[in-house]
Amino acid sequence: MTSNSQINKSTRLTDILLEVRDLRVRYGHIEAVQGISFKILAGEIVALVGANGAGKSSILRAISGILPFGGEVLFEGQPIQRLGSAAIVALGIAQVPEGRGIFGTLTVKENLRLATWNRRDRRAITANLRHVFDLFPRLAERQRQLGGTLSGGEQQMLAIARALMTRAKLLLLDEPSMGLAPMLVHEIFRILKDINRTGTSLLLVEQNALMALKAASRGYVLETGRIVLHGTGRELADHPRVKEAYLG
Amino acid sequence: MNRHWTIGLLLLAGAALSWAIPRYELLNPYLQATLMYLGINIILATSLNLINGYLGEFSVGHAGFMAVGAYASAILTVMLLPVGAAAWRFPLAIMAGGCAAALTGLVVAIPAFRTRGDYLAIVTLAFAMIVKSALENINAVGGPRGLLGIEGLSTMPWIFAWTVLSVWVIRNFVYSNPGRGVLAIREDEVAAELMGVNTRRVKIRAFMIASFFAGVAGGLFAHLLQFISPRIFDITKTTDILVMVYLGGVGSIGGSIVGASMFTVLQECLRPLGVWRMVIMPLLLVLLMLFRPRGIMGLRDFPWFRPSVECPQRPPETHPS
Repeated sequence: MTSNSQINKSTRLTDILLEVRDLRVRYGHIEAVQGISFKILAGEIVALVGANGAGKSSILRAISGILPFGGEVLFEGQPIQRLGSAAIVALGIAQVPEGRGIFGTLTVKENLRLATWNRRDRRAITANLRHVFDLFPRLAERQRQLGGTLSGGEQQMLAIARALMTRAKLLLLDEPSMGLAPMLVHEIFRILKDINRTGTSLLLVEQNALMALKAASRGYVLETGRIVLHGTGRELADHPRVKEAYLG
Repeated sequence: MNRHWTIGLLLLAGAALSWAIPRYELLNPYLQATLMYLGINIILATSLNLINGYLGEFSVGHAGFMAVGAYASAILTVMLLPVGAAAWRFPLAIMAGGCAAALTGLVVAIPAFRTRGDYLAIVTLAFAMIVKSALENINAVGGPRGLLGIEGLSTMPWIFAWTVLSVWVIRNFVYSNPGRGVLAIREDEVAAELMGVNTRRVKIRAFMIASFFAGVAGGLFAHLLQFISPRIFDITKTTDILVMVYLGGVGSIGGSIVGASMFTVLQECLRPLGVWRMVIMPLLLVLLMLFRPRGIMGLRDFPWFRPSVECPQRPPETHPS
């Protein structure tokens, strides 16, 4: 694991994994995202923080291809804005949606298997499954339980595990800490850092700004559809404007 | 393992019965006919349940697809294929009816699934009306008078075989890995898309399977009643199928079988009441919705329609770090 992360740091950290150029999202007359550009390097954790309605979720939905938008999105140098959501997942971008989106009448294992919907490589799927059960032993215990009967924290774990089952290179996480007790939030963030250490990049959208910025290597602060601040996670966490606006 | 044997034996017994009953006149012709209509109703209810129950969409065009299948297969046996030809004539006609209905289903599904929400209900309603008035205006198939002279080729073994086949295919589709996309779409369409499920393709595929079996049911129906007219396939026919699905329970194959059985039996039992039947049936439905809004077996199923338990994959207890 350690050697793997060093490889990432030395050779791949300068590779641009995702580049967003002048992204715009409109809902009717309202432009919710007003021309945003940012980059995610391979192996990074990037946080997008901002208040309610700043346009964070819209950005993630646009990248995943379920929301029409203007501008350009490049993944590993390839434009993806014209692809459908299924093709984008196949390329290696998976989203953990806000509210988790667990399929309540399917079992934990069926939820996980669903993410391998269009894959035929049974061996690799089994290996994937073992990997996420290692990360989340609690899901392994509950693999036959219906998704709807899990607790909030377990559902969040399932949502993350399910996204990992797509073999994503980039995870988009929409408010992973929402509605969870502080203890659980810490556990989730610890696991997210573990996932990152194995080479998966994370784009983290959070209202819980301090938590996200501390975990992130870099961050962007959004206000009403624009990026107003940009810097390393530490810098932003200590920035007076951020402190005043989001941390109280 | 045990379960497979039980199911196999049950099917074998059913097949033997379906052959023996007409052969040795074990039941009077009226009961025989009722049993055969029951089989057709099971096919109709199970296939509509795939769309309205499992997929969570709302289609009201099932009678239209049934009509397409009925006319396609009847035209084949009455006009195109010589009478008394080989044994494959009837299964071929039924297959053709199913395929015609599935193709029409594709044509309906492509525009209907472009958008979300209630469009499917409106598009399928319009489709059913178009089919009916088109058939009324084509003189070659009898126009409003209907198509006569269809042979009574639907025998009990055939209907039994097609019923088993449709239940088997739909059950396997729903619980296959690609088919689980259907359940995911019902639960949370956006989340399904985010997991890489090609929701449009899954929906269109499910819709085509459902229309195929509606067409098959139509073909069997035409060769059982030996007469079809556009009026048979109007909106009340769709309503009957909807009642079977919601009576038995959405998202449940066992439910569709129970619903179709109860509907068929009730319809026959209430026949002496004449017009009052039209009052009692809806009243029963209202009562059912009040006390069991999800139908008799809503979202549950008999264990033998659920997938057999996969061997649990325990991760290794200790993991070398």
